[in-house]
Amino acid sequence: MKLALKIWRQNDASSKGKMVDYTVEKIEPDMSFLEMLDILNDELIVKGEDTVAFDHDCREGICGMCSLFINGEAHGPDRLVTTCQLHMRKFKDGDTIYIEPFRAKGFPVIKDLVVDRSAFDRIQQSGGFISVNTSGNTIDANTIPIPKHDADKAFDAATCIGCGACVATCKNSSAMLFVSAKVSQFSLLPQGKVEAKERVLNMVNQMDAEGFGNCTNTGACEVECPKGISLENIARMNREYLKSSII
Amino acid sequence: MTNSTILKSSIAKKVAMALSGLFLITFLSIHFFVNLTSVFSEELFNMMAHFMGNNPIIQFVMQPILIIGVLFHFIMGFVLDFKNRSSRPIAYAKYNGASNASWSSRNMIISGIVVLSFLGLHFYDFWVPEMAYKYVEANPLNAQRYYHELGEKFESPIRTAIYSFSFFFLFLHLWHGFNSSFQSIGVNNKYSKAIHKFGYAFAIIVPFGFIFIALFHHFNH
Ligand code: SF4
Ligand code: FES
Repeated sequence: MKLALKIWRQNDASSKGKMVDYTVEKIEPDMSFLEMLDILNDELIVKGEDTVAFDHDCREGICGMCSLFINGEAHGPDRLVTTCQLHMRKFKDGDTIYIEPFRAKGFPVIKDLVVDRSAFDRIQQSGGFISVNTSGNTIDANTIPIPKHDADKAFDAATCIGCGACVATCKNSSAMLFVSAKVSQFSLLPQGKVEAKERVLNMVNQMDAEGFGNCTNTGACEVECPKGISLENIARMNREYLKSSII
Repeated sequence: MTNSTILKSSIAKKVAMALSGLFLITFLSIHFFVNLTSVFSEELFNMMAHFMGNNPIIQFVMQPILIIGVLFHFIMGFVLDFKNRSSRPIAYAKYNGASNASWSSRNMIISGIVVLSFLGLHFYDFWVPEMAYKYVEANPLNAQRYYHELGEKFESPIRTAIYSFSFFFLFLHLWHGFNSSFQSIGVNNKYSKAIHKFGYAFAIIVPFGFIFIALFHHFNH
């Protein structure tokens, strides 16, 4: 198929960017979206032009590195997939595709489609961990009985890959789905309960300090999240936050 | 954590918004109930309205709390909307909001502004004359006047139309707002499904009920 692309180009963090038009031909339906961009970049190299910078790593939907706002949706029109797992069969010959970086004050553009998502790292560093004594006599986590229901919920939350699609898609650029997943994956388990109070307070404070907006429960994040992280986690985080601030 | 940090936090603001919203929902239910009586019995409506308008606890405790609640909810709404807009300094060239969230959830500020404008009109229409009648002109008590006054207000087709239009936006506001408040205060348990259903039913019954009452009086007087 032949496609018209409108891609955000920006030289560096401080320069002003703009949408630039490109055309790509001979795109197979079996190709992934990133392969389509690889083809475009090959052509740009041949022409001696600057290639389009975009993030990617595993290309298997597990690392959370790929991003892209495609035709007005984070990770494109498909559900429960990352951009690297999005296939060109979702598009038709002659389509025009808008490709933009994830946009939020907390995710400044570094170059073209690459954004700085280190705000998420700082949120994690502020409380997204448990403290374990690793002096040699560490107890096997499996010796602690955990109800299956809690273990499942914690695992569901832990599948968040930190891609930032929730922020990108939210009309308020809120990071609550991500933060709530990272709060929940620990607070549901006995090992995480010990530091639950400081964790939720510190992570929410850090989230606010990074300039993300306020959640208004539109639920867009849940729909666009490639891992299907549920809004239930946000309700849990709100509860924990209230409890921890009051007591 | 100091108290000021708690109040500045995004979650505290969200909860404050939810609680003030739920408070206004409670008030709305009472108002609806009182108005509804006007459809069935002139006497009952006059009695209820007279009680609401002359009971000292309602007048001097509940009424100021209600006004504060309304002011808080809309000022906070504007503050949050401003903050949220500034959280994405460069807008997307293409943003397909309809693909993942309902219109009502994405446009609370619009439905809110319509309802707020209506409240302005409503105050001018009902509340200001009422206050003037009671406290400025200090007219004698007349427990029979309310039904008649209500009927007069809905004579005008323009006023009835504006009224119905505003209540349609209240429906949109509640469609998202009711359930959103429960999510904000952290309710997500085995009752959530029932709360959701109740929330949607409330969002339909109350605003359209108000419209029905307005039309009823418009066509029956
Ligand atoms: S919650 Fe979903 S969308 Fe948000 S960072 Fe995690 S995986 Fe990505
Ligand atoms: S590149 Fe790893 S998830 Fe897409």
